[in-house]
Amino acid sequence: MTGFAYYSSVAMVTSVVVYLLALTAHAAEWASARRVEPEPGSRARQERLEADLIRVDRFGRVGLAMTVIGAALHVGGVVLRGLAAGRPPWGNMYEFVTSTLAFLVVGYLVLVARGRMRWLGLPVTLLLVLGQGLAVTVLYVAVAPLVPALHSVWFVIHIVAAAVAGAMFNVGGMASVLFLLRTRAERRGRVAGYLRRLPDAEALDRIAYRAAAFAFPLWTFTIAAGSIWAQFAWGRYWGWDPKETWSLVTWVVYAAYLHARATAGWKGTRAAWLGLLGVAAFWWNFVGINLLVSGLHSYAGI
Amino acid sequence: MTTREFLRFAWTQLTAMRTALVLLFALIVAAIPGSLGPRVLPQRPNNPVLVREFLDAHPTLGPLLDRLGFFDVYGAPWFAAIYLLLMVSMVGCIVPRIAVYARNVRAMPSGAPRRLDRLPQHVAGETGRTASEALDAGQAWLLARRYRVRRQAGELSGERGYAREFGNLLFHVSILGVLAGVAVSALAGFKGSVIVTEGAAFSNSLSQYDDFTSGGLFDRSSLAPFTVWVDRFDVEFERGPVQRGAARQFLVHARVAEGLGEPVAAKLEVNTPLLTRSAMVNLIGHGYAPVVTITDARGATAFSGPVVFLPQDGNFTSLGVVKAPDARPQRIAVEGIFVPSQSRAGGTGPLSTFPAPDNPVLWGTLWQGEPRAETGRPENVYSLDTTGLTRVMDGADPASFRLAVGETHTLPDGSRVTFDGLRRWAKLQVSDTPGLPIVWASVALGVLGLLLSMFSKPRRVFARVTDAAGAAPRVEVGGLDRVDARTGLAEDVAGLASALGLRADAAEDDEAGTGREEHT
Repeated sequence: MTGFAYYSSVAMVTSVVVYLLALTAHAAEWASARRVEPEPGSRARQERLEADLIRVDRFGRVGLAMTVIGAALHVGGVVLRGLAAGRPPWGNMYEFVTSTLAFLVVGYLVLVARGRMRWLGLPVTLLLVLGQGLAVTVLYVAVAPLVPALHSVWFVIHIVAAAVAGAMFNVGGMASVLFLLRTRAERRGRVAGYLRRLPDAEALDRIAYRAAAFAFPLWTFTIAAGSIWAQFAWGRYWGWDPKETWSLVTWVVYAAYLHARATAGWKGTRAAWLGLLGVAAFWWNFVGINLLVSGLHSYAGI
Repeated sequence: MTTREFLRFAWTQLTAMRTALVLLFALIVAAIPGSLGPRVLPQRPNNPVLVREFLDAHPTLGPLLDRLGFFDVYGAPWFAAIYLLLMVSMVGCIVPRIAVYARNVRAMPSGAPRRLDRLPQHVAGETGRTASEALDAGQAWLLARRYRVRRQAGELSGERGYAREFGNLLFHVSILGVLAGVAVSALAGFKGSVIVTEGAAFSNSLSQYDDFTSGGLFDRSSLAPFTVWVDRFDVEFERGPVQRGAARQFLVHARVAEGLGEPVAAKLEVNTPLLTRSAMVNLIGHGYAPVVTITDARGATAFSGPVVFLPQDGNFTSLGVVKAPDARPQRIAVEGIFVPSQSRAGGTGPLSTFPAPDNPVLWGTLWQGEPRAETGRPENVYSLDTTGLTRVMDGADPASFRLAVGETHTLPDGSRVTFDGLRRWAKLQVSDTPGLPIVWASVALGVLGLLLSMFSKPRRVFARVTDAAGAAPRVEVGGLDRVDARTGLAEDVAGLASALGLRADAAEDDEAGTGREEHT
C-alpha cells in the first residue's frame, strides 16, 4: 500500500479514534445532565446548578469539536481513497460505508451550523464510531479497479443519491428514537436529565418527518436511476433482484410512514416506529442482502 | 343492510387511508419471501435450475410452495391482488381529491374567521393609515409574496401553497403511469437471448433465438431484420493480487447491419448496448467454445467447429457436449469439461485456477452407438441423451482423455478427437421495452410531484381593519399553516401587519394559539 491509499487508511483509522473521543464527550454530556434538575432551592443550590449546566455545555462543545476534527479526517480519507483508486470511492462495501457516513457527518455539521441541532451529537457519534469502526476493521479491502458492470455514469448518480438518501434516513431515524424516548418520558410526567434538553416531542417528530420528506424523493430517484442503469447494464429495468426488492420495500415503508403521519390513530408514536422500520429496511438491504443473499448486486460485497 | 349500502360501506372502507396503510404493510410482507435469495427460496424467473433442485430436495414442501406461487412471488395472484387493491384504493382516494382540488384552485380563498386571535399566529394593534390605504398596502404585500388574495369589507384573506396538493396528486397519478408503462412493456414488448461465438453472426429472426418471450400483443412475425456479427471479443481479468480473477473488461468488436443496409462497425460493452432502430442488444454473458474435430473410424471428418460450453464457476470450468451423429460405423459423442487455466499441480482432475485461458485443457469421456435415424426433433445441445449409446471403456474404467490445444485422442476403433483451439462466446439479449419512456416519464413526474408536495408551504393569513370612531383604525392579523413542519409563519404574519401600517409599539403580541392544524 503506497501513497494515497496509505494516507487514506491512516486518516480513516484516526477518524475512528477521534469519533470515539467525541462519543465519550457526548456520553459525558448526557450523563452529567442527569444531575441537573431545576429544583427550587437556596441560592447556593442555584449557583451549583448553573455551574453544572456550564459543565454539561462544555462536554457538548468538546464533543462537537472532536466531531469536526474527525469529520475532516474522515472526508480526507474518502477523498484520498478516490484519488488512490482514480474513480469515485464507492465501489465496494467498505467504500460505500465510509462515503455514506461522510455524507452523514457533513449533513449533521451543516444542521448544527444552521440551527440548534447539537443534541443529535450522541446518536450521530455512536453511529459514526460503529460504522467507521466496522468499516476499517471488518469491511476493509485494498484499492482495486471496478468490474465492467460499474463502468457507467450512473455509478456516480445512482450511488450518490443512495448515499445521501441513506444519510438522511438515518438522521430521521435518530430523531424518531429520541422522539420515542421523549414521548415516553412526557407520558410518565418525568422529563428529566438530558431528555429535558432535547426539543419537545412535537419538534422531534417534525425533524424526523423533514428528514424523511427530504430523503423520500431522493430515494425514489435512486431507484429510478438504478432501473435506468439496469436497463443498460443487464438489459432489463426491473428484475426483482433481492437488492431491488428491498429498495422497493424500503420505499413502501417510508410511503407508509408519510401516510401514517397524516392518519388519525397512527400519527405520533406508531408513525415513529414505522420510520425506524424504514431505517431497519435500509440497513438490512445494505448489510444483510450484501452479506447473506446472493444477487446481481453481489459485487457490492466485501 | 342493502346491497347498495354494503357496496358503499365497502368502498368507503377500501378508500380509507387506514386501509391503504394495511395494504402497504401487506405489500411489504408479501414482497419478502421472494427476496430471501436463491439459497433460501429460489425464484423461477431468476433461477429456474435452483427451483428444480429445491423441488427435488423437498418432495412434500416443494410442490405445496409451488402451488401457492412461492417460486414466482412477484407473478403470484396473491401478490397481484395486493397491489391491484392498493391501486384501486389509491384511485378511489385521489379521484375525489382531484375534483375537490379542481374546485379549490378556481375558487377564491375563504373569508377570514371571526376570531383571528384563535389562530396559531396573531398580532393586533393600531395603524396610522386609513382603513382602505392599509388594506391596499396589505393586498399588495400579499400579492408580491404570491398569495392568492380575497378582499371584502375591511378584510383580507390570503392563501398560497396550492402546489402542495397538486404535487401530491401528480405523484399518485404518476404511480398509475408507471404501472401503465410496465403493462405496455409486458404486452407489446419482447425479449430473447442468443449465444454467438466469435466469428459468427446473429440475425434477428425467431428461429435464431435460444429463448424468446413476448407479450400478448406482440406480433412475432414483425421482428425488424438486423444482423450482428461478433468479430472479436476482448475479455480481461484482474491479474494483480487484489481481487484476482475479477472481470475487468468485456468488449465485443461487432458489426451491425439494419435490414439490407451495409454493416457498420460497433462496440458492444456491458454498459453500452447496441441500439438498433427497433431493439436494444445487451451483452449479458460470456464463456468459452472449444473448437473440436471428430474424425470417424473411416477417416472422414464427422464434426468440426466450436462448441458452446456453459461455465459452472467463477473460474469458468465449463461443461458441454460434442455430438458427431454422422460418424460411421458408429456415431460418437463427447461429454466434455473445458478448463481455461488447468491447475499445474500434479494429480488433479479438471480444476481451473483462473478465468482467462492461460492453460486451456479439454477433459472428456466418450460414448458410441449405432447410427440413429434423423427425426428432425430438436434436442438440447448442452446435454447428452444416452439412449442407444454405450460408454467407451478402457478396461474396467470409462475411457477418458485430457487434451491440450492441438492434441488428439484416438479411440480403440481408430476414430479421433482433436482439440483444435478455442473461441469465446457472447450471450446477447435482444429486447424491446416499448413502455419504458412511459415508465421513466412517470417516475420523473412523480419525483417532481413529491418535491412540490414536500417543499411548498400551504399557508393562510388573514387581516381585518376596523374603523373606530374618532381613533386610529384597529388592525388584526392572523395566520395558520395547513401542514406542520414549516417555518416562517410568524414572519409572514408580522410582515403583513407591518405592511398594514401596524405600529410596532402598539402591537399586542399574542403567543396564545399553539394548536397546529394537521394536514390530512
